[in-house]
Amino acid sequence: MAAEREKLVLIGNGMAGVGTIEQILKLGGAYDISVFGSEPHPNYNRIMLSYVLEGSKSIEDIILNDLGWYEDNHITLHTGTTVTRIDDQNKLILTDNGLAVPYDKAIIATGSNSFILPVPGSTKDGVVGFRDIADCDAMLAAAKQYRTAAVIGGGLLGLEAAKGLVNLGMDVTVVHLLEDLMERQLDRTASSMLQAELTRQGVRFAMGKQTVELTGEERVTGLRFSDGSVLPAEFVVMAVGIKPNVQLAKDSGITVNRGIVVDDYMQTSMADVYSVGECTEHRGTCYGLVAPLFEQGMVLAKHLSGVQTPGYEGSVVATKLKISGVDVFSAGEFTETPEHTVISAKDEWKRTYKKILLKNNVIVGAVLFGDVTESANLQKLVKNSTEMTNEIYDEVMGTSCCGGGGAKKGMSVEAMADEEIVCGCNGVTKKAIVDAVTENGFTTVDEIKACTGATRSCGGCKPVVEQILQFVLGDSFQQSAKQGICSCTSLSRDEIVAEITAKGLRTTKEVMHVLDWKQAEGCSKCRPAVNYYLGMIYPDTHEDEKESRFVNERMSANIQKDGTYTVIPRMYGGVTTPEDLKRIADVSLKYDVKVVKVTGGQRLDLIGVKKEDVPKVWEELDMPSGYGYAKSLRTVKTCVGSQFCRFGTQDSMGMGAMLERKYERLDMPAKFKMAVNGCPRNCAESCTKDIGIVGNDGGWEVFIGGNGGIKPRIADAFCKVKSDEELVEVCSAVIQYYRETGNYLERTSEWVERMGLEHIQTVVMGNDDNRKELAARIDFALAQVSDPWRKMLDDKNTRTALFEETQV
Amino acid sequence: MERSNREYTIGAVEDFMLQIGRVVHAGEVELAIFRTSDGAIYAVRNHSPHPKGGPLAEGIVSGYYLYDPLHDWKIDLRTGEIQAPDRGQAEVYPVTVEGGVVKVTLPAAVTTLN
Ligand SMILES: Cc1cc2nc3c(=O)[nH]c(=O)nc-3n(C[C@H](O)[C@H](O)[C@H](O)COP(=O)(O)OP(=O)(O)OC[C@H]3O[C@@H](n4cnc5c(N)ncnc54)[C@H](O)[C@@H]3O)c2cc1C
Ligand code: SF4
Ligand code: FES
Repeated sequence: MAAEREKLVLIGNGMAGVGTIEQILKLGGAYDISVFGSEPHPNYNRIMLSYVLEGSKSIEDIILNDLGWYEDNHITLHTGTTVTRIDDQNKLILTDNGLAVPYDKAIIATGSNSFILPVPGSTKDGVVGFRDIADCDAMLAAAKQYRTAAVIGGGLLGLEAAKGLVNLGMDVTVVHLLEDLMERQLDRTASSMLQAELTRQGVRFAMGKQTVELTGEERVTGLRFSDGSVLPAEFVVMAVGIKPNVQLAKDSGITVNRGIVVDDYMQTSMADVYSVGECTEHRGTCYGLVAPLFEQGMVLAKHLSGVQTPGYEGSVVATKLKISGVDVFSAGEFTETPEHTVISAKDEWKRTYKKILLKNNVIVGAVLFGDVTESANLQKLVKNSTEMTNEIYDEVMGTSCCGGGGAKKGMSVEAMADEEIVCGCNGVTKKAIVDAVTENGFTTVDEIKACTGATRSCGGCKPVVEQILQFVLGDSFQQSAKQGICSCTSLSRDEIVAEITAKGLRTTKEVMHVLDWKQAEGCSKCRPAVNYYLGMIYPDTHEDEKESRFVNERMSANIQKDGTYTVIPRMYGGVTTPEDLKRIADVSLKYDVKVVKVTGGQRLDLIGVKKEDVPKVWEELDMPSGYGYAKSLRTVKTCVGSQFCRFGTQDSMGMGAMLERKYERLDMPAKFKMAVNGCPRNCAESCTKDIGIVGNDGGWEVFIGGNGGIKPRIADAFCKVKSDEELVEVCSAVIQYYRETGNYLERTSEWVERMGLEHIQTVVMGNDDNRKELAARIDFALAQVSDPWRKMLDDKNTRTALFEETQV
Repeated sequence: MERSNREYTIGAVEDFMLQIGRVVHAGEVELAIFRTSDGAIYAVRNHSPHPKGGPLAEGIVSGYYLYDPLHDWKIDLRTGEIQAPDRGQAEVYPVTVEGGVVKVTLPAAVTTLN
């Protein structure tokens, strides 16, 4: 048996506490660890609740450490359990459900609670704070049922909540006591620019209003203000501030001021009990942001692991609002007094604002609105109390000529300590980033993100990560940043394609061997890419390499997070028949499909098919695959069109179905979507598709490069054609040109911007021969494709190898 | 206390396609079995050591390395070691091939369950 290890108990399963535990594990601290959390969830990224509300992330996406992590690290986790007292006489942790757990060392990291205004009516139904998953769920549910909401509080949280609720379709008014939004971070100018921008995005404001009562019976119906006016609201979010959660510390007899009082090693007044995070008060300050909490956690972790470390000395905090299209930043002091020297620049046309405050020529604070590229740099300057110089002025005010700026930036990251946290959201230090670059030969921010997690959350640290990259790579930065499709080769896409054609290379193996790949069999980035390029170049002879395909494409089905799969039959142009529907219903019942969902592209997802059932489901559906997983044509969305619609001038359903049949199954650089509309009313929303087609009285209009996904882009008008034949030829030529010149994984929205719309127009429309040749090449490639499920069902070996699991 | 290891026969070499993983349940452990391009066979617990977990069987195999299908961590199939700068250890188990028959040996007490 191993020697008894000391027992470490963490109270509060949040970001600061678990961050500390992660550091202790990394440092090899020898403890038996138990964790208590009031919430029923494992550790999650609270910051990202704003994204959950906004709809760009799911709760699953923001889990930082899943239950497996606790298990793998032999940590005993008690969720849904609140610690009520620390008994230091008997060295026991006592909980609300009667547990008494012994400890040698304990960490209190109980965070904060939402501050709820003590006005009559604040306990009514329909009033929530914005703090945890439960609050977020309540908001998501309310948006389904109610129309009008009020958010009390015009600070960071209140504004993020308001924008989230607007995105969910609610009519939202932000109620703020003062005349300026985010008055604790922004000056009047920035604040009014912010309000104007948010108003444009659909948020309403009631400024200078003090709420004195929430009206209604059981459920809230509105707010009453001190001036007697009222605001109807069926749902109210209180985002007026947070209160350090010190109840447990108080009940245990630990010294508490506003927060739990700690020294520079996070030690509380009780022996062997430490505290980190929002619940603490260090040198008189309670912090409400993540970066300082990680810095505290780092010091505590070292202290508890027996590693020498200087104490924690406090942090300079900087703020960034996480609302897309609204960039605001502030650090240090921002309100001007007569003592300050103020440098400012406001541009009402570009809607940008920049202000830097100096005290005795030392940079003490900054506010940015609209353009926040200098934020990381300014944060450092403020933190280090840097003296203003001509060079710095030129750099931060953007007045320098080329050259000087870069070198200067390099120096500021050079001076940064190894242990300094660059990415506050994910607790990534400068050293971790430098190591990632030097040990793996990484040259891009994306690679660093994939392996260290830096820039993964709010993105505020990206400029510094870039600077570190630049600093470490030095002169090779420019050069290597442009090189190679991945770290296995220094060749670009175009060079690889050219070499394949020139040397007649036939397989990924051959390509990698002849072109001297650093890693003989490539990696997960280049293998799928090279497989695609080979298929594009040799449509008739290239043998598709299943082992070079991502899971979904290899299985011809979409894997879901629980290991089940989604099956999507084709529905050409979004049209189906009662017979097909009946078959889909029968098969869904037989194989116990969890959800049948209509997708945005007008077809049916059969979600939750067990892996081993997937082939049988396809067999019994006996329908072509919808390629919901593929980098190829997904759907052609159609409107009703001239067959039925009273406005329709063209048969959009017929044309959509025909196009979908024509181009289905062919590999493309990335997924591809189309839409066809019967008239300019555009009911099938062609402006967000890779190719959007709009019927008019005398023919069709073609749009390209639209995208509704992560980087939304409205399609560009490409050309007008008169006949159906011309339309098909143009579509063929555009798609083939994209297939031949697109980088693997590059959507047409990016491709159009890289190649230039005019260039594509010249290639496709400028020369009839060119267009006909492109169209002929795609037709040749199309003649080679077949339904993957037909093949899979006929090929027993592949089918067994991919879908069947063995039990021994 | 000593207990003997457990040996499981998991199939014939041909049951495993080159560079394409396959799931095998051996007792209570879910394994992902890989056959590298040189024909060698490796067994890993079908659970990524990444904090968010997830399966490994569907990853891309290059040389002796496996790229985790969900998180793209690079795992050495021979040792289970996660390649820098990520850190961690996937659980790998010894495999023997005799006369075309593949066997995996699991330790007596496997503490981690899927
Ligand atoms: C919507 C939102 C957006 C935010 N955005 C940002 C941002 O962009 N940038 C930024 O830096 N910060 C942001 N923050 C703040 C950041 O999330 C917090 O500073 C951070 O989570 C605090 O960490 P903590 O560990 O101290 O507390 P928490 O993460 O709150 O963890 C405390 C945990 O302790 C548990 N607990 C409390 N009492 C007990 C008890 N007695 N027994 C057991 N468990 C207990 C609680 O349930 C909770 O899970 C945001 C916060 C919210 C709510
Ligand atoms: S786009 Fe025109 S034809 Fe099509 S449904 Fe709308 S109104 Fe009717
Ligand atoms: S600081 Fe938020 S992602 Fe790095």
